[in-house]
Amino acid sequence: MAELANEPCLAIEGLTKRFGGFYALNDLTMAVAQGAIHAVIGPNGAGKTTFFNLITGVLTADTGRIVFEGRLLDEARPSRRTVRGIARTFQNIRLFPQLTVLETVMIGEHCRYYPSILKGLRDLLYRPFGEAEDERVMRGNALELLEFLGLADQRDQKASDLPYGDQRKLEMARALATRPRLLLLDEPAAGLNPHETEHLDEVITRIRDRGVTIILVEHDMGLVMGISDRITVLNFGTRIADGNPREIQDDPAVIEAYLGEDEAP
Amino acid sequence: MIYQQVINGLMLGASYSLVAIGYTLIFGVLGLLYFAHGEVFMVGAFVGLYLVLYAHANIYVALLGAMVACAALGVAAVYVAVRPVAKDRPLAPLISTIGLTIILQNLAVYIFGGQQVAFPETIKQTLYTIGPITISSVQLFILGVAVGLMVLLWLFIERTKIGRAIRATAENHETAALLGVDVNKVILVTFMIGSGIAGIAGVLDGIKNSGVSPFMGLSAAVKGLIVMLLGGLGNVFGAMIAGLMLGMIEILSAAYIGTTERDLFSFMILILILIYRPTGLFGTRTADER
Repeated sequence: MAELANEPCLAIEGLTKRFGGFYALNDLTMAVAQGAIHAVIGPNGAGKTTFFNLITGVLTADTGRIVFEGRLLDEARPSRRTVRGIARTFQNIRLFPQLTVLETVMIGEHCRYYPSILKGLRDLLYRPFGEAEDERVMRGNALELLEFLGLADQRDQKASDLPYGDQRKLEMARALATRPRLLLLDEPAAGLNPHETEHLDEVITRIRDRGVTIILVEHDMGLVMGISDRITVLNFGTRIADGNPREIQDDPAVIEAYLGEDEAP
Repeated sequence: MIYQQVINGLMLGASYSLVAIGYTLIFGVLGLLYFAHGEVFMVGAFVGLYLVLYAHANIYVALLGAMVACAALGVAAVYVAVRPVAKDRPLAPLISTIGLTIILQNLAVYIFGGQQVAFPETIKQTLYTIGPITISSVQLFILGVAVGLMVLLWLFIERTKIGRAIRATAENHETAALLGVDVNKVILVTFMIGSGIAGIAGVLDGIKNSGVSPFMGLSAAVKGLIVMLLGGLGNVFGAMIAGLMLGMIEILSAAYIGTTERDLFSFMILILILIYRPTGLFGTRTADER
């Protein structure tokens, strides 16, 4: 166990992604510790979205490698990487508008249950008109997650009918349903009111306490500085700083990068 | 008289619905038009016919055989005409499946001949009279199978794990994949189901018209497309209802206006939908991102 704790959850080595002549990510190396809340910040266009897309397999890196829990992350398809234990949420909420809240979470569990003829026969034998065993277990897990995030009462509503803040939480419940060991949160505070943001750091900490390592991309510096164990700062695809919140706040390169952005209209 | 026509309309509409369900399921998960579906319907009719003619199978075996053969054909179509072509060019799979349509139709003419082949009587004809309605055992069988299939499909889509994955994939490919849904597998399953249903629809059509022809796919395809648009792209429930509606409209217009104008009404409806209600009567549900 001690060995596992020392090993980083995610190790990124020399990751580079070009779009034409533009380096979205340039020779990025960083490590995310097990059980950490690790923030990745930077001005717009710093490469944060590309970073997420490379980890989840939506994009393929030009060079460099990603090691997840000591094993090379080389699955080509995003769905296989989810099975490996990596999940994400989206900056612009991407729910399935026609699915109910409960169904939305159950979709996240999809990859953990495999259909089989044996299971089908067993279900037919024991419960010919009732719910299949897998479905019953999935429903139970989904309800537990909805309760964890305080959405259990809305379980039968359509996902698109929820208020914005709840839609964000639903995305988190859905991502957690895939049983990730690494969760990528893409600007979870975007569009939330101050009250909801205040509540958010508690939600993220509680998710970490379930044993999930978290990478947080976020613009809300109050949130980032308040809950992050470590922060990596990107600018123009390059890492310009890496450290704990205090170190980052005092780093001259970081201050310059952010001031530069502030001057722009 | 009107009751009788309503029954006839439902009969016709049920087969439209079955074809359109496949179209709309596939359109939902692929976000593109898969053209060869009508020919799958035709192949199903021939498989059923040959099972009856040469294997002396009863009608249930014929239906099952057509379903299995067409499900396999649907899977083959994915590997031959959908997967290999460029995914970033939305028109490429349309063209390749039009190519598949031509190949299947010509193969059918080559193998089965260019003539209509009679479908032998497999169900004993009896007429039942209930009040003002007269309905034959064949009609009852066709309607029963079609409605039964639709109910089963509805339960499958709404109540099972794979059905839920199909719905999620139809709403957004990338998000579904990022949640661990194997989108390629979902597409395969969708083609299997849609094609299997088309196979059964083909046999039912053969029974209804007492004949099967290599050219029956085209009209089925056109009607299926109209129904898909009427019901809303990717909307399975919409396709079911819209199919029954179109069947009813055709039969009633044939009965009260004239048989030659029947298709005129179908196409007029198609044009009206395209102009006034492009999302169909029951709303579009398709992948916004592929």
